[in-house]
Amino acid sequence: MSAERKSIFSKIDSITLVLYFALAIIGMAAVFSVEYRSTDPTIFMFSKSYMKQLMWLGISLFVGLIIILTDSKFFSNISFLSYTIGLFLLFITIFVGVDVKGSHSWLGIGSVRFQPGEVCKIFTSLALAKFISLPETNFKTTRARLIAVAIALIPAALIILQKETGLALVYFCFFLVMYREGLPNTILIIGFSLIALVLATLLLDRKVLFLILTLVAVGVGVILRDTLRRNIVASIILVSVWLGSVLFSQVAVPFAFKHVLQKHQIDRIFSTLGQDVPEEYSHREEKGDEKKVNSSDYNVKQSKIAIGSGGFMGKGFLNGTSTKNEFVPEQNTDFIFCAIGEQFGFIGSLGLVAIYITLMLRIIYLAERQRSSFSRIYGYCVASILFFHFAVNISMTIGLAPVIGITLPFLSYGGSSLLSFSVLIFILIRLDIDRQVMIR
Amino acid sequence: MSNAANPRQFVIKFIFISIASVMLIRLLFLQIFESKYKVMANDITIYRKIVYPPRGIILDRKGRTMLYNQVVYDLMVTPNNVRKGFDTAQFCQAVGIEKAAFIKILEHVRIRNGGMRQSVFMEELSKEQTARFQENSYLFNPGFELIQRYIRAYPSASAGIVLGYIGEVSPEMLKRKQYESYQQGDYTGMNGLERSYEDVLRGQRGVYYLERDNFNRPRDSYRNGALDTPAVAGRTLQLYTDAELQAYAEKLMANKIGSVVAIDPKTGGILAMVSSPSYDPNLLRGRDRAKNYYALDKDATHPLFNRAMQASYQPGSTIKPMTGLVALDVGAITPSFGLACYGSYNYCGRPIACEHHDAGHAANFRLALAHSCNSYFCHIFRLTVDDAKFGSIKKGLEVWHDYFSNFGYGHPTGVDLPFEGKGLLPDSTFYNKRYNGVWNSCTVVFVGMGQGELALTPLQMANGMCIIANKGYYYTPHFVKNIGNNPNDPLLQPYLKKHKVTNISDETYSVIQQAMQDVVESGTAVGAKIDGINICAKTGTVENKAIVDGQAMKLQNHSMFVAFAPRENPKIAIAVAIENAGFGATWAAPIASLLMEKYLKDSVSVKRKAIEDKMINAHLIGKYTYIIDSARRLHDLRAYEARVEKRKMADSLQKATDSAMVMHWIKRQVKRK
Repeated sequence: MSAERKSIFSKIDSITLVLYFALAIIGMAAVFSVEYRSTDPTIFMFSKSYMKQLMWLGISLFVGLIIILTDSKFFSNISFLSYTIGLFLLFITIFVGVDVKGSHSWLGIGSVRFQPGEVCKIFTSLALAKFISLPETNFKTTRARLIAVAIALIPAALIILQKETGLALVYFCFFLVMYREGLPNTILIIGFSLIALVLATLLLDRKVLFLILTLVAVGVGVILRDTLRRNIVASIILVSVWLGSVLFSQVAVPFAFKHVLQKHQIDRIFSTLGQDVPEEYSHREEKGDEKKVNSSDYNVKQSKIAIGSGGFMGKGFLNGTSTKNEFVPEQNTDFIFCAIGEQFGFIGSLGLVAIYITLMLRIIYLAERQRSSFSRIYGYCVASILFFHFAVNISMTIGLAPVIGITLPFLSYGGSSLLSFSVLIFILIRLDIDRQVMIR
Repeated sequence: MSNAANPRQFVIKFIFISIASVMLIRLLFLQIFESKYKVMANDITIYRKIVYPPRGIILDRKGRTMLYNQVVYDLMVTPNNVRKGFDTAQFCQAVGIEKAAFIKILEHVRIRNGGMRQSVFMEELSKEQTARFQENSYLFNPGFELIQRYIRAYPSASAGIVLGYIGEVSPEMLKRKQYESYQQGDYTGMNGLERSYEDVLRGQRGVYYLERDNFNRPRDSYRNGALDTPAVAGRTLQLYTDAELQAYAEKLMANKIGSVVAIDPKTGGILAMVSSPSYDPNLLRGRDRAKNYYALDKDATHPLFNRAMQASYQPGSTIKPMTGLVALDVGAITPSFGLACYGSYNYCGRPIACEHHDAGHAANFRLALAHSCNSYFCHIFRLTVDDAKFGSIKKGLEVWHDYFSNFGYGHPTGVDLPFEGKGLLPDSTFYNKRYNGVWNSCTVVFVGMGQGELALTPLQMANGMCIIANKGYYYTPHFVKNIGNNPNDPLLQPYLKKHKVTNISDETYSVIQQAMQDVVESGTAVGAKIDGINICAKTGTVENKAIVDGQAMKLQNHSMFVAFAPRENPKIAIAVAIENAGFGATWAAPIASLLMEKYLKDSVSVKRKAIEDKMINAHLIGKYTYIIDSARRLHDLRAYEARVEKRKMADSLQKATDSAMVMHWIKRQVKRK
């Protein structure tokens, strides 16, 4: 038995573990630098979040140890069950959830609070991996693809009902996994085109956009005129794409802004893109608190000041004047990257981005070396979730993406976040130990 | 599944790396190529804390405090820190306000400064309020707190006009170069010594750089204080002024309009300067300053006007020693020159009245000065300016003008107080202008007896006495003896310079001094005599007129007196001027005498108690003061309104002209077509 255990530990992928610890320690240091005051009597103050974060790191490592000691087949076996439980938790949260900062996505048991939406990422990953890897699933069929999409997006829908849209968006990262497993290239192209179309819709005047879309369509038509003459279907596709884009930008997006998205989300989207909220979308809510419109603009501005003032080398550890003095709101959670950018400058930011990218590439490497497709798909799930969090979080602190309030993995303060990312990673490590075993 | 590497993993890896690259490029711009974020970060996070040093204090010649910094407490509030279960009733009782007022002030503070910052709840708590608050302060913390602050305090409530007062620099002042180192909200000396010695009293502000947080609350020091400069306290001024003498002079001058200037002739140090009615300088500080200032400014007796150096009077007979000095020095007369005066001077057409009728009261210079013979001094003034060796009256008057200018008349003496007046000293140009060039010694004869176009400030009169006491020199009158114990401070250099007054011989001065001693021994001012001290003095009784109810009216005479003592070793020179009081000998002389006795003997002898009481209790503010003042204010208002009206008229006229021109132009264009 002990020999077997020993062999388990010796098979742990040390590179992943080292990268995990590196990020966890950088996160501790960042939270510490934001919270520590020179006037504090001692650094061991349990009211401070860095001590809580340390405690959560302990818990995460303990849970990680349990995961390592668990049979790898266990995760495959419980995947649908855990997914069902996860959906149930998400569902009841809609009704019994606790309000925290305007979102309704937290469950409270006594003094402990956690976000089912955060934890459910693990369950969804497991369920998606399980479903796609089932022998009876043929991922080339539309039915299987639709079921996979449903598995990924049902939690997202429930989370949107909890008014935590940012977290819900994370679930769209599973498209990357499905792409790896055989979703056609066109999906990816269409996806990116859609993002481009959305951005253009937000940034450009509607009439100008209509003109551009039409010009592009005519241009494509002129270039492909021979094909179009021969192939009537292609002509229909071109016309319908043009029509679809026009309808999307002229009808669907205005409709979404007027009737679906919350006011704060509209504000965030426009303010991050450096735009004022257009008149037609702003008067939906009561006009009384118009002064507050710029709150997310303020976040990004302060965040940019903090990061920008770091310069090449940074101001040095504990010398971050912006972050130490609480200029950036939520700087120990969503905006923790400011602490790195301000104190360690471009060098520090570069280092951090490098660590993340190394970790994600390593995870893809691990995924690709799995014998069982369950483990591989799960590995891609982990990489995609990490990537989405990483890319969107840092982009929003530097004004490249809307402020949608998702955490930076392993760095942001918060028990739910750290624990769920740790569990994600440790399950992968556990599966990787048994990479030669066929898990079904 | 397939063992061959799936090509899509590379697509995904490519997406990861390319998006990370986009982020890094953005970071590169944000952190390295853009510098505005560093500037913005410093702007928002570094707080420049100004520490105000205590202002310099002012001591009198014996080291007694005349002006110091008094601790007062402001009650500060941080609205968000006021606890939920805060006992409002007890708090209101402690500081003595109504509950409604409490809520109102708190609401006001919250609106103005927000809930996180500490703001003033009540300014300058009284001693009782402070004590009651401190007793129960644990109940009111952490929302409420007392903050210590200094305000200026004048322990003897005197010398307000000398010491001056401080006030907030106004936006207009801030525009001037002189105030470039000041900021809005800074205090500066507005008048008196507070203004003249602002630079040394103010000290040097300390600047501390602190990091501040998002609510503007200062936190740690920035870069461990590497850029900080500590505050340097203002320096102490020691004056020549004798606080006791000053207070005594103010007491004697109570309920009179006038002034007293006493100077130590050996140094030019001013021992006392009173402008009466005086005011309590403690009124012009703290929270009621504006209100009190307004009241004082509106007062018909103008207590804020420093009559001792800003008002100028015709000197009357007190100028006679100077007239004599010039006449003797140019050789127009000798001390034995005599004039037969029988009560009037008749050489210039209309007779000029003299108080004395008996023959021989002007038989020589000594007698003439002792009896203050008008005829005699009018005549010797004429003899001076008409002296054949000058060639013409115009040149003669220039010579006289130069003498008087040398005595310090006709221009500010340079005393270390702001806004000094210069009096009036006429010269030939002045009279040419006034009389179209046609005038002679008879036209200007009144100047010889101190009436006419000559006007001096009491400070100039006292300084004149210093010249006679010193037999030919004076130091510019000034208050400050040393700055921070340094008597040779650069600021004091102008006052260490001896001013030699022409080359009048000692003998001439002796003649004048002897005659002035006679004034007290046997002349017009015997009441000013002090046992055992030889006083040299001159009385003056100055006619004056005012316009009352539209017609010129002769008012009660100004009572004047100048003196110095002791003759052998002069220690005090004094000038007293009391408006509309009567004879110089009746009021000004006794007051000057009492002051000299007080200064030279340290106390006033018992037998002069009666005269002292009489002086203190005399109420000599004429009823016309109020009428004249309100008439003048009305006149000023009318003049102001007229100016405004005129400007308006000019404006509308301009507009009318402009539009007429435009119309004209248009018409012409139309016609041309």
